[in-house]
Amino acid sequence: MSTPTPSPTAVVNGEPYALAAGTTVDRLVAELLPGCVVDGAPQGVAVAIDDAVVPRSLWPTTTVEPGARVEVVTAVQGG
Amino acid sequence: MTLSIAGVELGSRLVMGTGGAPSLMALEGALVASGTELTTVAMRRVARPRPGAPADDGSVWGLLARLGIRALPNTAGCFSVREAVLTARLAREACGTDWVKLEVIADDVTLLPDPVGLLEAADELVRDGFVVLPYTNDDPVLARRLEDVGCAAVMPLGAPIGSGLGILNPRNIEAIAAAARVPVILDAGIGTASDAAQAMELGCDGVLLATAVTRAADPVRMARAMRLAVEAGYDARGAGRIPRREQALASSPPDGRMAVGDRPGNLDLAL
Repeated sequence: MSTPTPSPTAVVNGEPYALAAGTTVDRLVAELLPGCVVDGAPQGVAVAIDDAVVPRSLWPTTTVEPGARVEVVTAVQGG
Repeated sequence: MTLSIAGVELGSRLVMGTGGAPSLMALEGALVASGTELTTVAMRRVARPRPGAPADDGSVWGLLARLGIRALPNTAGCFSVREAVLTARLAREACGTDWVKLEVIADDVTLLPDPVGLLEAADELVRDGFVVLPYTNDDPVLARRLEDVGCAAVMPLGAPIGSGLGILNPRNIEAIAAAARVPVILDAGIGTASDAAQAMELGCDGVLLATAVTRAADPVRMARAMRLAVEAGYDARGAGRIPRREQALASSPPDGRMAVGDRPGNLDLAL
């Protein structure tokens, strides 16, 4: 996991994810979920980095650091 | 017939789950037929778009918004306090609600609640401002403890999740309902309509079920049956059932019966 690689990566939903320099949370979510962006704001999605929720208001200013463990979740059928 | 949870009035005492439905379209028909106003959803990782993958047919989130049904995110699949608390916080962010159906599951074989973890997570989430509806064992003492830490309702199981065995310990469910000062919602184990009616007759304030409807051969028809059963059980409870008796008791008057053949009239036979 900590092996150095030419391009920095994070782990997004359990898979390696190549990071462009300065990738912010809102950009990451827009890349993952182009369909859920309504009026510029993804709906029904939440993000945690290293087990801490990143509030939506902080998405544009929160940079995903190399090695970060990112979870991007949404509501699905269940329960 | 409204159900009040944390100051919110719900027009139906049937809470639906969305798990087990083969498609969103099938789910929609069942939700509408059930009349539910509160419906659980689970939180899961979003799927990364794959080239050539079929287009998304929409989300359960969008479906509930369109139907005007309040979403109740759950912490299904969480086996620890830490997982459950993080999942609840993610759900609050994603769904814009501080309501959570709290599940802390002991193991993936029994799927029974872990009482110790459940109480700890409930306490933490209540302190964090959540409206906590815990999925709990049919244990009156644990229900009381959950209420004591500030849960907005308690949701004891009738039988293990997905078993459809009905209410295995009706005396405990009745005891929980009798003692609770918050709504009691029977959650898990419902197999058919009579189970839902029984829960209400035992004094529960509502019923939560999913697979009894979504995996029925005709989910829309079963959803309707459940709606009627919850209403019937609620009315039966409110109406006050007759006491059980060891012996028969005639309902026709014993006086004034005619004589037939050798039998004199007005014999004191209870017929």
